Amino acid sequence: MVSLAEDVAIVAFEQTPSHAHFNDSEPAMIMPCVNSVIEQVGMDRHDIDFTIAGSCDYLSGMPFAFVMNIDAVGAWPPVYESHVEMDGAWALFEGFVRLQSGDIDTVLVSGSGKCSPGSYREGFSLQTDPYVHAPIGLDPRTQAGFQAQALIAAGKATERDFAEVVARSHANAKNNPYAQLSGDLSVDELLAEPYVQQPLRRLDCPPTSDGAAAMVIARADKARELCDNPVWIRAIDHRIDSHHPTLRDLTDSPSVRIAADRVGLHDGPVDIAELTVTYSPEEIILRDALGLNGETAVNPSGGPLTGSPFMAVGLTRVIELARAIRNGDGGRGVAHASSGPALQQNLLCVLEGDN
Amino acid sequence: MAPRPCAVLGIGQTKYKRRRDDVTLDGLVREATLRALEDAGATFDDIDAIVIGKAPDALEGVMMPLLSLCDALGAIGKPIHRVHTAGSVGASTAISAVNLVESGMYDTVLTIAYEKQSEGNATWALSGGKSGGQGAGGTFAPWIRNYIARSQAPEHIGWMVAVKDRLNALKNEYAHLHLPDISVEKVRESPMLWDPLHFLESCPSSDGAAAMVLGNDDIAKKSGRPSAWVISHAKRTEFGQFPGRDTVRPQAGVECSEALYRKAGITNPREQIDCAELYVPFSWYEPMWLEGHLIAEEGEGWKMTDAGDTELGGSFPVNMSGGVLSSNPIGASGMIRCLEAANQVRGTAGEYQVPGAKISIGHAYGGAAQYYAMWMVSSELNPEL
Repeated sequence: MVSLAEDVAIVAFEQTPSHAHFNDSEPAMIMPCVNSVIEQVGMDRHDIDFTIAGSCDYLSGMPFAFVMNIDAVGAWPPVYESHVEMDGAWALFEGFVRLQSGDIDTVLVSGSGKCSPGSYREGFSLQTDPYVHAPIGLDPRTQAGFQAQALIAAGKATERDFAEVVARSHANAKNNPYAQLSGDLSVDELLAEPYVQQPLRRLDCPPTSDGAAAMVIARADKARELCDNPVWIRAIDHRIDSHHPTLRDLTDSPSVRIAADRVGLHDGPVDIAELTVTYSPEEIILRDALGLNGETAVNPSGGPLTGSPFMAVGLTRVIELARAIRNGDGGRGVAHASSGPALQQNLLCVLEGDN
Repeated sequence: MAPRPCAVLGIGQTKYKRRRDDVTLDGLVREATLRALEDAGATFDDIDAIVIGKAPDALEGVMMPLLSLCDALGAIGKPIHRVHTAGSVGASTAISAVNLVESGMYDTVLTIAYEKQSEGNATWALSGGKSGGQGAGGTFAPWIRNYIARSQAPEHIGWMVAVKDRLNALKNEYAHLHLPDISVEKVRESPMLWDPLHFLESCPSSDGAAAMVLGNDDIAKKSGRPSAWVISHAKRTEFGQFPGRDTVRPQAGVECSEALYRKAGITNPREQIDCAELYVPFSWYEPMWLEGHLIAEEGEGWKMTDAGDTELGGSFPVNMSGGVLSSNPIGASGMIRCLEAANQVRGTAGEYQVPGAKISIGHAYGGAAQYYAMWMVSSELNPEL
């Protein structure tokens, strides 16, 4: 595990509901989150030392879309600010790293994405390499199908296992006011649904979602000054696997295994895991790579199968975990974010309560 | 804890040209990466993390390209993340990589930025994905006219910068434009694109990649090679449009340089800094940034250009490598400014070396001149100012 120069805590967080369609601009979606976290810490927004956002131009269908998003943060007088073309969880990574230098105290992190205006499958096929895969339209759902089929072929899972992930996620989401989908589903009924991408059925796949999330993180002394119940970020690490599905064992996630080791995941109890399960089979791969057993509550929020605003969804996992820890549902847990097709890139963040 | 000292240990660039159709995107970034590793005396095994940057994805039509480039970058099993801050991104990316080293979490970091303009339509993308857009020149020309009106600068200043940077580029094998017969007359007679900017006062469209290997003080000492120490860095952002905004001398640019100088203890940039690589995609931005980044007093920047102070051999050389006016792989252009500043203080700038350069700055700006990223490098970790 990497030794850290500074203890860092989450002192405020906010998320939008996962909207099937948010009928306004992306900044209008982010702004209430930013306003809320600023209000929670009771700071003047100009006293935030560093601001960093995660978003994706291609979701907005417009180059430089992220430039508009600074309207939601405020940039006058000028601010010390940056942006990653990634999920907000990677903005959190950079913000966390920035605090380790010890010369600033607070970072405002956000993530946002509106998937509803575009075609997710067409858009995200452009994530694949532009010479071989993108021209044939190799979209993420297709690759998730390969991954699911590989799991079945390897004897590591069945379609019933996938349906059980879906049923549990939707049931958990009944208690989550931010969830887009929720309810009691029977596994047998799920299995009776037609395939959309064999062996995946409609609810093995995420809904189309719009959403945003924001948080303030701070160095230890400042964190205690700003709130009574900081949630400590004990470690954060991210790793990537090969882009080429044929060069990987799709039933495993080496990058998650490395990251789990680097964050010292099993140096303490893992009460809760909030995982970016975009397609139901991914939960099986992630549980295995993380070495989780029956003692860990997986996606008590319902997870991305019940609301998946890309570019906010990973940061939202961190928020859901922080909220659960604040509520006393567990003392320590792991949040996971993912990027790219078939769980190509993965980030882990270990949070711990104040006790 | 104080930030861990960070040094530039290796620099790698591709040849910049209109169309690098001899390589894929993967080949392009790998070319720069391998050169940076070789220059650092390092291998992929030495790299703990990678930070990649480029301008909007729409320039090449590849969404979140780190996903498809990670194999070529030797990133498998490692952390890699992507910065995007408009035109300032190359410098922002370098600064993010510095943050990784300064954090103490990563000892050696590879940072890379690129653009392959030939695989897309940059003017379309730079116009926000709208057809018939004004492009970057159309955005900046009115502000340049405003600068000329405010400063009373004569019109030949822009032509001089265009000539000076292209003459410098003749000394740089990587530069895109090599125009040995460039002259003030040729610049003046070239077609008018956006009044007052002539064709030869504008940057080219380039393909290319630039990379650096950064390391902490232990790694730098072990390498035994000349290092460029990153003694300061700063970033500032402001809104692109609001009533009363000073678009000629944006406040974010002023505050970015103030923060940069304050951290390094610089009180007189004109005297204490030996040379600068400033982001000058259109000729007039040389005097505008000399003023906007507090190197010259307001209204005095063009006089430095006019007097030849910014030439190689002048008292404050600017864009010794030929600058953005000679090579513009957009997302990489800011990183090139940073690494060329490092080349100067390492003494590895070859034919365009400023003799004895000890302190230099690299700079980039982006969006509607609203994003700023700057770094200061020195041949020594604690230079005497």
